[in-house]
Amino acid sequence: MELIQQLVNGISLGSIYALIALGYTMVYGIVRLINFAHGDVFMIGSFVGFYAVTALHVGFFPALLLAMAACAVLGVCIERIAYKPLRNATRIAVLITAIGVSLLIEYGTIYLRGAQPEAYPSTLLPDKKLEIFGVIINSQSLLILGTSIVLMILLQLIVYKTKIGKAMRAVSHDAEAARLMGINVDNTISATFAVGSALAGAAGVIFGIYYIKIEPLMGIIPGLKAFVAAVLGGIGIIPGAMVGGLVLGVIESLVSGLGYSLWRDGAAFIILILILIFRPAGLFGKNVREKV
Amino acid sequence: MKKKRLASIFLSLALTAGVMAGCSGQQATNNSLGGSSGGGGDTIKIGADLELSGGVASFGQSIAEGLDLALEEINKEGVNGKKLELVKVDNKSDAAEATNGAIKLISQDKVAAIIGAATSTNTLAQVQVAQDNKIPLITPTGTNPTITNKDGKVNDFVFRTCFIDPFQGKVAAKFALNNLKVKNAAVLIDSSSDYSKGLAAAFKEVFEKEGGKIVAEEAYVAKDTDFRATLTRIKAANPEFIFLPGYYEEVGLIVKQARELGINVPIMGGDGWDSPKLVEIAGKDALNNTFITNHYSSNDPDQKIQNFVKAFKAKYNKSPDAFNALGYDTAYFLADAIKRAGSADPVKIKDALAQTKDLSLVSGMLTLDKNHDPVKSVTILEYKDGQQQFKTKVNP
Repeated sequence: MELIQQLVNGISLGSIYALIALGYTMVYGIVRLINFAHGDVFMIGSFVGFYAVTALHVGFFPALLLAMAACAVLGVCIERIAYKPLRNATRIAVLITAIGVSLLIEYGTIYLRGAQPEAYPSTLLPDKKLEIFGVIINSQSLLILGTSIVLMILLQLIVYKTKIGKAMRAVSHDAEAARLMGINVDNTISATFAVGSALAGAAGVIFGIYYIKIEPLMGIIPGLKAFVAAVLGGIGIIPGAMVGGLVLGVIESLVSGLGYSLWRDGAAFIILILILIFRPAGLFGKNVREKV
Repeated sequence: MKKKRLASIFLSLALTAGVMAGCSGQQATNNSLGGSSGGGGDTIKIGADLELSGGVASFGQSIAEGLDLALEEINKEGVNGKKLELVKVDNKSDAAEATNGAIKLISQDKVAAIIGAATSTNTLAQVQVAQDNKIPLITPTGTNPTITNKDGKVNDFVFRTCFIDPFQGKVAAKFALNNLKVKNAAVLIDSSSDYSKGLAAAFKEVFEKEGGKIVAEEAYVAKDTDFRATLTRIKAANPEFIFLPGYYEEVGLIVKQARELGINVPIMGGDGWDSPKLVEIAGKDALNNTFITNHYSSNDPDQKIQNFVKAFKAKYNKSPDAFNALGYDTAYFLADAIKRAGSADPVKIKDALAQTKDLSLVSGMLTLDKNHDPVKSVTILEYKDGQQQFKTKVNP
């Protein structure tokens, strides 16, 4: 019974990782850029949702949409200001810029509102306990899992059924060739950042509802974990991010459940190292040899 | 050429600024030296080295409010015919500034004793200065044991008004066994905090010595947000009681998630829980059946406490918290010692402070032990619908 409860705990934790990992993996798939500021966009989403609820007194769905919209705009701004000028720069220059943007968002937020934590109002969504054979499932964790799945399906539809999705796939395959075919590469990349950041914003609001406490540095660890999840599933592959997130959440819960709670974060990064050594393309990835 | 000129302009500007800063510093020194030689007659100067700005400014400011109120009352009669004068310095919540502040108070203001600082770290930064200059140092709220006693050697000029960390753990163990009548307990600690570890170690020692059984010991680190896996493990061990010494940010989440998982046993912690944010994070319902040990409660029906609460409300228009109370008590603690010493000589004040016995204060009856740590009653509060309720007072 305890094992099943731990699996339930792990899946609800993993759904959050999955939701953040979706945005990570999309951006990487298109521009081959590890967007380290993604976790901080998630944090901004959480705060936008919080202020929408407490200052504007809106309900859950308007707050969610507002946070997604604000994060989409923020994502596009980050891309245009920080990453676009570096489109042809070395990988390491872009990586360092990403870390810089991340710190700028974190400490900018602290400058604007202070470092003290904020608590989400607990009345936003019904919080019911479902008890099935002694295993307790929180209605909110079902909601998180549901939202993650719905957003993932939506994302798959956007990528495979729409024109902009087709453009994204083309750019990710070969940006130069796509440009020659008349695709506006810059707009496509901006659209990718907008969609990815909107997902992070949604994750931020859901995180706030589920874990109550939000603060300006809250994006760091979930951001890193989502990165591990994306690599685990195969970075650049959308269902991979989903599965990677859930697997990571379950592994962490099992590690804590065995009494090694202090090793939980360690376990996540050991997985990252093992995956990079033994299966660098991730669980869902194919090792494609690049043609020269 | 142009660059060179710019650089030289910049350099000369910087130099001027430096000289000017030096001048103003000089002036300040002269002023305060003049001040101290002018006073002395019918006032006794007391230094306060507190966190008036910076990261933990709210602690320092609360203590200062308590001090001001107490001195106002004390000075109505005076001590040995003299008035106490408080000289405040702001240590900016920084250890190096705290050391500088203590040096300034001793060398320039010639104070008879120093009160401060609010946190253990900033107090420890002043200990050596106080010892070297033979000036009594009293921290109202620094709870770390090493402040007064380092490696078995007592710092003879250093005192405190609050109880030390392990003391809360002991009291919690006794309360669980004697008042809640539980026989086994789980302990969940913040392994990144010495405070949490100190409380837990004391709790375990007393709880096991007096016949209780520890059925689970788990740990987390500050900033974690998901504790469900660890709590599920604790639930499987079936404890009747959970000891959770930590700070309110994580404690709030832990209590909430524990209740969600159906863990309804009493949960107890220390003064690190004491923040309005705790109620917001955990929610009112989840906090029912939880207890904390604290320095004092404004709901305590004791007459002395109610008088203090009334006076405080009249002056500041708000209800006093534990930091206000301990600042207030520290002023009385020192005034009592000066009265008994019969002089403003720092060494005599130190001896009188060390002999303090059964001094009735707002935060309890205070007697100092040989380590200069107060042995005094601890207040136990219970959360009911998000409000702290005075539960009982436990005497050591």
